Amino acid sequence: MKKRMLLLTLLIIPQLNAWAETPEEKGLAIAVEADKQDTGWKDQQSELKMILRNRQGQETQRNIRNRQLEVDNDGDKTLSIFDSPRDVKGTAFLSYTHSKVPDDQWLFLPALKRVKRISSNNKSGPFMGSEFAYEDITSQEVDKYTYKWLNDETYEGNDVFVVERYPSYKHSGYTKQITWIDKKMYQPLKIVFYDRKGAKLKTLTYYDYKQYLNKFWRPDRMEMVNHLTHKSTTLLWSKYKFDNGYTDRDFDRNSLKRAR
Amino acid sequence: MLNFFALWTSHNPQYCGLDTMKRRGIKWALTKLIMTFSTSTAVATTALLPTICNASGEWSGNVAVEVRSFAHTPSFSDQHDDYLSISAQPEYFFEWDNGKQSFLFIPFVRIDQHDKERTHADIRELAWIKASDVWELRAGIRKVFWGVTESQHLVDIINQTDAIENIDRENKLGQTMINLALIQDWGTLDFFVLPGFRERTFAGREGRLRTQPPVDTDNTVYEASNKNKHTDLAIRWSHFIGDWDVGISHFYGTSRDPRFTINTDRSAIIPNYDIINQTGLSLQTVVNDWLWKLEMISRNGHENHYTALTGGFEYTLVGIINTQADLGIISEYLYDNRDEAATTPFQNDIMLGARFTLNDVQSTEILAGLIFDIDNNGHLFNLEASRRLGDAWKLNLEIRTFSNINSLNDPLYSSRNDDHLQIELAWYF
Repeated sequence: MKKRMLLLTLLIIPQLNAWAETPEEKGLAIAVEADKQDTGWKDQQSELKMILRNRQGQETQRNIRNRQLEVDNDGDKTLSIFDSPRDVKGTAFLSYTHSKVPDDQWLFLPALKRVKRISSNNKSGPFMGSEFAYEDITSQEVDKYTYKWLNDETYEGNDVFVVERYPSYKHSGYTKQITWIDKKMYQPLKIVFYDRKGAKLKTLTYYDYKQYLNKFWRPDRMEMVNHLTHKSTTLLWSKYKFDNGYTDRDFDRNSLKRAR
Repeated sequence: MLNFFALWTSHNPQYCGLDTMKRRGIKWALTKLIMTFSTSTAVATTALLPTICNASGEWSGNVAVEVRSFAHTPSFSDQHDDYLSISAQPEYFFEWDNGKQSFLFIPFVRIDQHDKERTHADIRELAWIKASDVWELRAGIRKVFWGVTESQHLVDIINQTDAIENIDRENKLGQTMINLALIQDWGTLDFFVLPGFRERTFAGREGRLRTQPPVDTDNTVYEASNKNKHTDLAIRWSHFIGDWDVGISHFYGTSRDPRFTINTDRSAIIPNYDIINQTGLSLQTVVNDWLWKLEMISRNGHENHYTALTGGFEYTLVGIINTQADLGIISEYLYDNRDEAATTPFQNDIMLGARFTLNDVQSTEILAGLIFDIDNNGHLFNLEASRRLGDAWKLNLEIRTFSNINSLNDPLYSSRNDDHLQIELAWYF
């Protein structure tokens, strides 16, 4: 009897250990690993072409240049310069994202030469009339969500973790997001967004990831489809460049005024 | 001057390496400058233009048609009911030295159907900027904005108002300057040397929104003995600390706001520009959806001292009624301790406004505001709306009405019959 007990214990204990990680812990562990793998890129620049499509499929285009600076233990600093539409050319947007407190955001209006502070609770608002909200494009910090791992599966031939995440910041436009995280890259392949009422609102799909500096994965294309309005937005990323030697000085309000 | 330019270019191999387009751009910019402004400015700017190889220049800008239609019969016989005008504001920009140096040129011109004064041209910008890690040097003709509030801009003093463009005072004339900014952990410290003074623009005899008699800018009186050649000085410290944006400034020189006197035969109003000292404070903070704003100035000049302030908030409701639209509620209090003797109509007034942003593809925006005078019950209503049409066109609409303006002392008195609608269609390239 005793022997059998021991055997049972030996059989069960290792399994219990494996089961000790709750789906929440596993979800968080995946997010932490993803964050870790995307740490150390220091700075980057890129060019973004946004194609906005309405219900009838009519297209409008926007061009934006982005510069980013990685900040240790906090959100990144981003400077975005708008090249088109032509009437907003020269408008620049500076944001310091934070994981725990609201982001700091400033907008430079070239016609008035005015730097305007923006109240950053506007995270759920659309970015330049697109299907992307500000919160979809600002840096994704671990602390911005709580997580729950759902299952492992194969998505488009890739092994993925399926993880649900819940925005932990106030003023989010979402109740939850389901993410398909590629096990090799630790980058999302798809995100489904659920609105405040819990309805399926949007689907974001990532395409053509490329690796930079032998480490960091960036997609060439992102497609966001709004299931309620049937409008969609394509983001085409190009000219990714790392090691630009940016410092905090390149992301201050003096640089914002100079940006063009 | 042109000879100096020729000399400079022929001795500058980098300049010669540029393509014809860029060379032509620079030459045109400089020639324009020389024709319009003092030789000293031109020498300074040309000399400061350093090596410009690898520059990537580009033209952009806009051309616009504007119609102003007035609701009431004019107060004065020379005035009209409708005014058509066209304007152009091209921009030439190039940067080099990895973005550390840049050159910007923005000329402006408007041609008005009736008002000879409103037909005018200006160089809004013609400037060179060099940036390093801890300082920036900006020289030439530039526009600088200071301040945070919406209803009026008390602290903003570097540039003269191009008042003939719009009574909202947001259009400015280019100002010659050398501006050194020291950029440190404790904030940015800006020093300004401002040689030369620009007079405010005023509507002519045939224009609306003018005084009776009209302002005579040919007989302007200056306190400075060298008149509009006086060199003004300014300094400003600005910083952001957490959720706070702070600016403290001091200006010494010729006031941008004229004091008015009437000439002996009472046929014209004469602008008088005094030498002043003005200290300004601007403060702004974000608390959740609230932006709190304050601007204060203290001014000494013409044996007078006064204080004025504007303070208030902007509260944003995000995604109203389950749409993508935002609604901002703005309210500000405007005060000037000179009371009825103030040269501004806003001495004890409240502004209530709403900013409606559709966040649509066409960037549709509507800003409506009402400023009412607590003492005499006068109202100034203002509506501005804009929408992009296609990719390159923009439609702007403005409505202004003046009501209950009965006091002869009110600076808005002569505009009391000038309620108007303004429609502008602009093409961007």
